[in-house]
Amino acid sequence: MERLGTLRRNMMRVTGAVALSAVLALGASACGGDDGGAGGGDSVTIGFMGDLTGENSGIVIPPSKGAQMAIDEYNATNPKVKIVLKTYDSQGKGEQAVPLAKNAITKDKIVGLIGPAFSGESQQVAPVLEEGKIPSVSPSATNVKLGDNNWKYWHRIVADDDVQGSGIGEFIGATLKAKKVFVINDNSEYGKPLAEKLAQTVKNAGARVETESIDPEASDYAATVNKAKAFDPDAIFFGGYYAEGGKLIKQLREAGVDARFLSADGSLDPGLIKGAGGTNAEGSLVGCACLIDPTGTAGPKSKTFSDAYKKKFNADTAIYSAEGYDAATAFIEAIKAGNTTAEKINEFLKTVDVPGVSKQIKFGPNGEPTATDVYIYQAKGQALPLLGSSKTAKVEG
Amino acid sequence: MLRRSRPFDEGDRYVLDSFLNQFWPATVDGLSLGAIYSLVALGYTMVYGVLRLINFAHSEVFMIGTFAALLTVELTGITSPLGTVPLIAFVLLLALVAGLVSGGTAVALEFVAYRPLRRRGASRLAALISAIGASLFLQQLFALVVIPWMFDRPKEGGRLPVQSADFVEPVNLFSIGPIDIRSDKLIIFVGAILMMVALDMFVNRTKLGRGIRATAQDPETAVLMGVNIDRIVTATFMLGGAMAGVAAALYLMRFEETEYFVGFLLGIKAFTAAVLGGIGNLRGALAGGMVLGLIEMYGSAAFGSEWRDVIAFSVLVLVLMFRPTGILGESLQQARA
Repeated sequence: MERLGTLRRNMMRVTGAVALSAVLALGASACGGDDGGAGGGDSVTIGFMGDLTGENSGIVIPPSKGAQMAIDEYNATNPKVKIVLKTYDSQGKGEQAVPLAKNAITKDKIVGLIGPAFSGESQQVAPVLEEGKIPSVSPSATNVKLGDNNWKYWHRIVADDDVQGSGIGEFIGATLKAKKVFVINDNSEYGKPLAEKLAQTVKNAGARVETESIDPEASDYAATVNKAKAFDPDAIFFGGYYAEGGKLIKQLREAGVDARFLSADGSLDPGLIKGAGGTNAEGSLVGCACLIDPTGTAGPKSKTFSDAYKKKFNADTAIYSAEGYDAATAFIEAIKAGNTTAEKINEFLKTVDVPGVSKQIKFGPNGEPTATDVYIYQAKGQALPLLGSSKTAKVEG
Repeated sequence: MLRRSRPFDEGDRYVLDSFLNQFWPATVDGLSLGAIYSLVALGYTMVYGVLRLINFAHSEVFMIGTFAALLTVELTGITSPLGTVPLIAFVLLLALVAGLVSGGTAVALEFVAYRPLRRRGASRLAALISAIGASLFLQQLFALVVIPWMFDRPKEGGRLPVQSADFVEPVNLFSIGPIDIRSDKLIIFVGAILMMVALDMFVNRTKLGRGIRATAQDPETAVLMGVNIDRIVTATFMLGGAMAGVAAALYLMRFEETEYFVGFLLGIKAFTAAVLGGIGNLRGALAGGMVLGLIEMYGSAAFGSEWRDVIAFSVLVLVLMFRPTGILGESLQQARA
C-alpha cells in the first residue's frame, strides 16, 4: 500500500509535475500521431517513447505532440527523405520500455529515439540503445545521474536538476535578495539533491540557510512549520511535488509564516495552488528548466510555436511541448544534412548547433544540453504563467 | 532565539537547543496529532478486545469517513471560512455524518469480510488476510471508481488528492506564555477527549457496554450468560467505526483535503498507538495516541522531521521490551492472566 504511494511518486519524480489540467484537456486525444511502420523507400523512422496512456501521461503527451508537429512541418516541405514518427507507450515503466526499445531497434529499425520521457525508464533503456547504437534525445528526463554514465548515444534537451537548483538559488539571492532562506525537501530521490544544490547556491550568495524535510506520506508538517516560524525566513524553498507543496503552503500560512514560497518543476502545476487553498499560494514562484509559454512572453519564436501548436492541436502548449519539438528538430537537422543512419545521426548530434524554441539546440560531449536557462513561473489566480528567465525575471506582488 | 544573534551555518544545529526552542509548539502539535491517533486507535483496540482480530481495514473506515465529511461540506455549499462558534457547530455536524458513515462501513465490513469466516470457524490468520484484502480493495475501489465518479474526474485523477471548500480559518484564540492556542487544534483536542470520555462511560455504565466487556473477557461464558455475541460484535464495530468517523471529521477540518490512501499511514500510526498503550485497553488507546503524537513531534524538533518515524518506533520497541503489554497493559477493563 505504501508501495503504491511510493511507486506513484517514483514515476512522477523525474519529470515533475503531473498536469491534471493537461490530463483533463488532452486525455481524450491521447494517441495522436502513430502512423504505423516505415513508409515508402525514402523515409526513416524515429521513435517517441514515454507514458502516453498511464497516470502521468499528462506530462508526456505535450512533448509527443511537439515532436509530431516538428516532423509534420518537415515532411510538408517535401524533403528527399521523409520521417515517420512511431510512438512507443512505455507507461513510464522501465520493464515495459526495455522490450519496446528492443523491438523498435530490431523490427522497426528506428534511427533515433525521442525519449524516454522519464529518468527511471531512461536509466534502463539507455544501455539497450547503446548496444544497438541508436541515438536518443529525451525532452524531459532531469535526473542528474543520467549524465554520469558515459553513454555515447544518449542526449537530453532539458537541463538537469542541478541546473534548476542553482538557477533558482541564484534567483533567490540576486533578484529576491533574500538574507534568510528556509530550505525544505521531501526526502525523495528528486527533491533532496535539488534542495541541497539550491541550499549550497544560496549559501554561497551569502544568505543564512536552515534546512528541514517532510515525510511526503504524512499530512501533518507541524514540526517543519514550527521550525520555519522560529527561523523567520525571507524565502522558503521546497524541493518536491505539488501535492505536498500545496499542503505545505497551507500549513505555513495558517501558522502565520508569510515568507515568499518557491519550488521547482515538481510543483509546476495548478494543483499547487489548489492544494494551498484560497489565495495562500498567490505570488509563489516556481522554477523549471522547461519553457511553457502559450502567450509568447519569452519572445517571438515561442509565440509562433505556440500559435501553430494551438492551431494544430486546439490546445495550449503545456509542459515539455517545446522540448519535444526541439528534440525532434535535432533529428530533423541531422536528416536534412543527409545523415540517414543511426551512426551518422549520432555523429551529427555532437555538432548540431541551431536555435530551437526552448533554447539553442546544442549538446555537450556527455549528451547534456549546453544551454542552462531556468524559467520562473508565478502563481496568479488559478494559474502559473511565465514570468521570464531566472536571470531577468522581475517579480510581481 | 539566542542563536540568531550569531552567524549560522549547518554545523551550528544543536539538538538540545533546537529541541528547547521547539518544545512548546511541539507539545501543542503533538497533543492535537495524538488526539486523532487516539480516536482511530480505539477502533483497533475495541475490535481486538472482543474478537482478538486486528482489523486492518480500519484505516479505510477512516478514509471513507473523510470523504463523507468532505461531501457534507460540499453539500452544505459553504464557500468561505466560518467563525469559531459556527465552526464548532459545523464540525459537530461533520462528526455526526462521518461517524454514522464510518460506523456503518465498519459494520458492513464485519458482515462481508469477517462474519462469514467467523461462522465457519476459520483461523484468525484467515481473518487477518481478509482484513488486508478488504483494505486494499477499498483503497483501489476509491482510487479507480469512486473518486473519479464522485468528483467527475478522468480515471487518472482518482489518485490525486481532493480538496474541500475552504471552511476553516484557524485563529489564535489565546497564548499562554510562548504557547499559541489555535482554534482548530483546540477543537481537535477537546473533541477527541470528549468522545473518549463518552465512549469510556458507555462501555462502563451501560448494558451493551457490559456485554462488550463480558465478551472481551470470556466469549464462551458470555454466551452462556445470555449475551448475544453477534449483536455485541456489531456494536463494537459500530462504536469503533464511529470513533474513526469523528477522527475523520476532525482531520478534514484540520487539513481540508483527503485522498484514497489517507488512512494508510495514519492507520499504522493508530495501530502503533493502540499497541503502545496496551491493545484491548480503551484508556490505553488514549495514552498511546498522545504519547506517540508527542514523541513524534519532540523527535522531529530535536533531530529533524526525517527522523520522526525512526524515533517513534524506537520508543515503541523500548516500551514493549520492558512492558510487553504496553503502557497501561492489556484488557478491556479487566486483566486476564
